[in-house]
Amino acid sequence: MTAVPNPKPMPASTERESSGRYSGWRLLLEGLAGQRGWSRAWAKALPRPRYRVVIVGGGGHGLATAYYLASEYGISDVAVLEKGPIGLGNVGRNTTIIRSNYFLPDNIRFYEYSLKLWEGLERRLNFNAMVSQRGTLNLFHTEAQRDLFTRRANLMRLLGVDAVALSREAVQALVPLVDLDNGRYPVLGGFLQPRGGTVRHDAVAWGYARAASDAGVDIIEHCEVTGMRRDGRRVTGVDTTRGLIEADTICLAVAGHSSQLAAMAGLTLPIESHVLQAFVSEAIKPVLDVVVTYGAGHFYISQSDKGGLVFGGAIDGYNTYGQRGTLPVAEEVAMEAVTLMPALARVKVLRQWGGVMDMSMDGSPIISKTPVDGLILNGGWCYGGFKAIPAGGMTTAHLIACNAPHPLAAHLDLGRFAAGRTLDERGAGPFPYAH
Amino acid sequence: MLRIRCPWCGERDETEFRYRGDASQSRPAADAGLAAFSAYVYERKNPRGWHLEWWLHVGGCRRLLKLVRHTLTHEIRVVGTAQDQPSLPQEPGR
Ligand SMILES: Cc1cc2nc3c(=O)[nH]c(=O)nc-3n(C[C@H](O)[C@H](O)[C@H](O)COP(=O)(O)OP(=O)(O)OC[C@H]3O[C@@H](n4cnc5c(N)ncnc54)[C@H](O)[C@@H]3O)c2cc1C
Ligand SMILES: [Zn+2]
Repeated sequence: MTAVPNPKPMPASTERESSGRYSGWRLLLEGLAGQRGWSRAWAKALPRPRYRVVIVGGGGHGLATAYYLASEYGISDVAVLEKGPIGLGNVGRNTTIIRSNYFLPDNIRFYEYSLKLWEGLERRLNFNAMVSQRGTLNLFHTEAQRDLFTRRANLMRLLGVDAVALSREAVQALVPLVDLDNGRYPVLGGFLQPRGGTVRHDAVAWGYARAASDAGVDIIEHCEVTGMRRDGRRVTGVDTTRGLIEADTICLAVAGHSSQLAAMAGLTLPIESHVLQAFVSEAIKPVLDVVVTYGAGHFYISQSDKGGLVFGGAIDGYNTYGQRGTLPVAEEVAMEAVTLMPALARVKVLRQWGGVMDMSMDGSPIISKTPVDGLILNGGWCYGGFKAIPAGGMTTAHLIACNAPHPLAAHLDLGRFAAGRTLDERGAGPFPYAH
Repeated sequence: MLRIRCPWCGERDETEFRYRGDASQSRPAADAGLAAFSAYVYERKNPRGWHLEWWLHVGGCRRLLKLVRHTLTHEIRVVGTAQDQPSLPQEPGR
């Protein structure tokens, strides 16, 4: 790869121009003044030769980690190195669902912490991320599934998390589109997490990038890490397309590419890379005001504020770094969509894309030190890492700043695999393509 | 859509097969110790390039096949039997 020249480089030494506070007033005044008073949301920083902390990957987790390091833990000598522009990784490719309806108590606590952070995030970042707690509804189609979901809901409620059982009639009232008696897998009922919902994904990347930059973090785009420098057991810096950058601590937050970066430091991870597809339909009038998941296959759907139906299904199922999906899964997803909501048969799909994700061997993420001193890993997010961005960022920042795991993320350590403490949320065993 | 040329059934759609993961892992000796077994069960090279992998022809002859496939281009270079020991190509995939 050759270095991409930075269009408008800005020397890191000069005083940063802040983008100022955003507000309704400012929007109005800028509207009257022809929108000429806005400045860049985050500074285009030039790399310096050395930082206290270098974060590889400018997706949701990398940016949130940088922001919390600076704002919560007082460490702003931080650079985020992103190989492309901010927001084009999975943070801008996902289907934007947030929720905390997990099964393992440690996971429920972690994702609930994240949901709480989402609830206050827009005020904190002064950025409209369109956090919409419209509810997430999981349908069940067999008695065994009802029992399993009931158990999960009870575990959640014991930990103070919201979960409501819905009858068939209540499901129909909430989502008229659902064909309860569909010929294949009739709906028996559902569980609703009213506080679940969706968030505008790109706004999350932009909001964190802006807030981190304002707090003194260097956000360096078009800077790909190509190698890792070590001194014995310790990592000392990274080689990049924009030169060597040294650091005391290096944190990997590269989503689907963790194995690649870890290999540069001589590590092999319990991760495979797989692609997940997403689909968006043409914009239609409001028909769906809650996130729905189908329990008899792998299909989930919501409607964006622009009117497009946003939906997806399972991973394609074999190792890949190709950021595209193949037709068999698209066909399967369409089949499930039409089974559950027959009216969708007449809606046109407008766009389809894929994102490469780390599928960990137990289906749960990793926030951990590694066998290489100074190298921290935030990865293994599978297809659920968007909702975890606030908590992932906060707990990774804690790990870096305090040199000890955050209590809510201690169970996500890398050592769990060798120690036999895997977090098999789904009960699928060590088969990453089955999670 | 991948098209896999099964040595017994001929060229078929990927939907007839089930992926069974990395075929380069070999089971350690019984006394190899915990670290070796944990690496065998959990650690994967996960290359961005040529990959040796298992595919079960579940909707056909039901035999286990060993493929050499590229994880970026999806090009399939070799489809062999479970006993075959194909070497990975040196050049990048198409
Ligand atoms: C189709 C799809 C739907 C999804 N739906 C949901 C959902 O509804 N809810 C949910 O919770 N999760 C969902 N996810 C998962 C979620 O998107 C990811 O788990 C999460 O975004 C990953 O973290 P990230 O934002 O930090 O990743 P990314 O945004 O991918 O950030 C990683 C960054 O690292 C960069 N990078 C890689 N290699 C290098 C290098 N060598 N040097 C420098 N930079 C590098 C990449 O360019 C990338 O920008 C979905 C994922 C996909 C693909
Ligand atoms: Zn066959």
